[in-house]
Amino acid sequence: MGDNAIEVEGLGKRYLLGEDAGGTMRETLAGFARRRGRRPQRSELWSLRDVSFEVPQGSALGLIGRNGAGKSTLLKVLSRITEPTTGVSRTRGRVGSLLEVGTGFHPELTGRENVYLNGAILGMGRRDTNRRFDEIVAFAGVERFLDTPVKRYSSGMYLRLAFAVAAHLDAEILLVDEVLAVGDAEFQRRCLGRMASVEREGRTVVFVSHNLDAIVRLCPTCLWLDQGEVVELGPTSVVADRYLAAGVQQIEQKVFDEVPGARASLRALSVRNSDGTATSVLRRDEPFTIEVAVSVREPVRDLNLAVQVRTLRGVPVLNEAISDHPELHLGTPGEHVLRLEVPPVLNAGDYSIGLWLGTDFEDLAWEEDVVSIHLEGGVAGRPDRVLQLRLPWEIRPAE
Amino acid sequence: MTDRVASDAPWVENRPTRGRRALQLEELWAYRELVAFLAVRDIKVRYKQAVFGGAWAVVQPLASAAIFTVVFGRLAKVSSQGVPFLVWSFTAVTLWSYFSTAVNGARGSLLANAALITKVYFPRIAAPLASVLPGLIDLAVALVVLVGLLVWNGLAPGPELVLAPLFLVGTVLVAFGIGTLFAAVTVQYRDVQQVFGLVLQLWLFATPVAYPPTLVKGGWQWVYHLNPVVGLVEGWRWSILGTPAPGRQALVSLAVGVVTLVGGLRVFQRSERRFADVI
Repeated sequence: MGDNAIEVEGLGKRYLLGEDAGGTMRETLAGFARRRGRRPQRSELWSLRDVSFEVPQGSALGLIGRNGAGKSTLLKVLSRITEPTTGVSRTRGRVGSLLEVGTGFHPELTGRENVYLNGAILGMGRRDTNRRFDEIVAFAGVERFLDTPVKRYSSGMYLRLAFAVAAHLDAEILLVDEVLAVGDAEFQRRCLGRMASVEREGRTVVFVSHNLDAIVRLCPTCLWLDQGEVVELGPTSVVADRYLAAGVQQIEQKVFDEVPGARASLRALSVRNSDGTATSVLRRDEPFTIEVAVSVREPVRDLNLAVQVRTLRGVPVLNEAISDHPELHLGTPGEHVLRLEVPPVLNAGDYSIGLWLGTDFEDLAWEEDVVSIHLEGGVAGRPDRVLQLRLPWEIRPAE
Repeated sequence: MTDRVASDAPWVENRPTRGRRALQLEELWAYRELVAFLAVRDIKVRYKQAVFGGAWAVVQPLASAAIFTVVFGRLAKVSSQGVPFLVWSFTAVTLWSYFSTAVNGARGSLLANAALITKVYFPRIAAPLASVLPGLIDLAVALVVLVGLLVWNGLAPGPELVLAPLFLVGTVLVAFGIGTLFAAVTVQYRDVQQVFGLVLQLWLFATPVAYPPTLVKGGWQWVYHLNPVVGLVEGWRWSILGTPAPGRQALVSLAVGVVTLVGGLRVFQRSERRFADVI
């Protein structure tokens, strides 16, 4: 057991869909009647299946996976809101959850009353809550509105207070689900800061977010769930990149459907190595070519095409347009093939390629993340950079 | 800050329940502030935007008692056991109003707190428990009026009065038992919500609020006392007004009351693990 704060073994959660999942009395009575004949067909859904992991005290675990992967169900089991169907989860210490912003807030009660209500929900006495009260109010910045019912709060104030309460009350384990999906950039920055300090205080955090950057920053380890099962558990930088790579189609070329009636449209995209072979796995230290086929039916003035290359975390690295070259023209009717040569400047890793076709006045096509490529053979030990330029150094004796 | 980290805190397990779940009184005690808070919240919310506030706690039972006095006392000439009809029926109405408010509150408590139940953990029993409490405030206000009525009519309770709290506690427990039972059922079957108003109306007439229990004859008395509230109202009236004391049949009420409380809690516990999934 050691110094773990959370232990999960063989956890499974089944939901029954259809008649037995609740409903009206008539449905159940009808169900009884039918059951006498033969067993009714019930469809079931395993929202979690054989999930096991441990979280050491004072560390943060990120949970990633697509919608419906079972992340929220897992949090619900950890917080004991619902019971698992198989397996067991154990937690040590008070569990605070922020599964939805404003959970446990009552609109008719004032800000002050709601803070105490949330404390009570955590099983904290009035005195315990008192000790944290000023901190909470300061973080949320709602001093002047403490005695106003929260139903009169702006959504921003509501959000700030809700987060402040959850993050400051004395829970040894904090479960956070997608709070950062809402709120402005400033608020998100403060939330992340606060969560980092929660970690430093030695508390344990389980964090669900679609914001992978936030997970990478906050959580050293990461659990990837898909359809209720663990795909991978390990260091966040590794798991997150694999998760992202799985999300984009691993294909080296894409043929677009014809758009009837369009004046100009994208036909195909392919990535070729220095031998001219289409492939999605390329050497980092050799140039590669992005080849785009475009079909133009009617003349389009100043037709423009741009290629966007992004890291899998969504950071744009390149955005190259033919309009950068005034001598090039694309708008004449016919089939065109455009080649863009990318010199060996990108670091090893996964990238996605997107295309845009249009003019200054209209978008004709905008295809994000069409193709993903993998550059192999980087210098080990420095995975945290996008460019690898080998810029010239000079060393000479000081004068 | 690190002193908050409870490395020596006990492990709390969440695993599938096999068989019966124990009533976790210890845990409920740890959450007593939540119970108090939910109760206070209900009271505040109820009166926050009501101009007359607490006045409603008086007007409603008084109006009921007045209607009973006219319909049953004046028109139907029903006996009020030697006590002025208004005082006599108002005494029972105070207890009955509490009972119906508490049962109805407890029954709806899970749905009313659905947002909490699906988003945070707390002992589920805290919700119905908290919702039988606010009615006591209304009852207290109504009792002040009752004292006024007694003084006005020159009536003084006898030594039986010391037993009145016993009947009140009994009413709270029975309301809690029935409330938890129906709370659990309502989560699964929303139909109950529709039916329950009707049930409470019928129940009122199966309880000696507007007529004396002696109206029910002979062996039917035993059947009549299957309604636990019958014994409670009889005892309540007896302890305050000195009307005839509850007879042997009241033991039936007592037994049914205990069974209801235990059974209600049992059903609640059996289904509580599914609340968050079903609600």
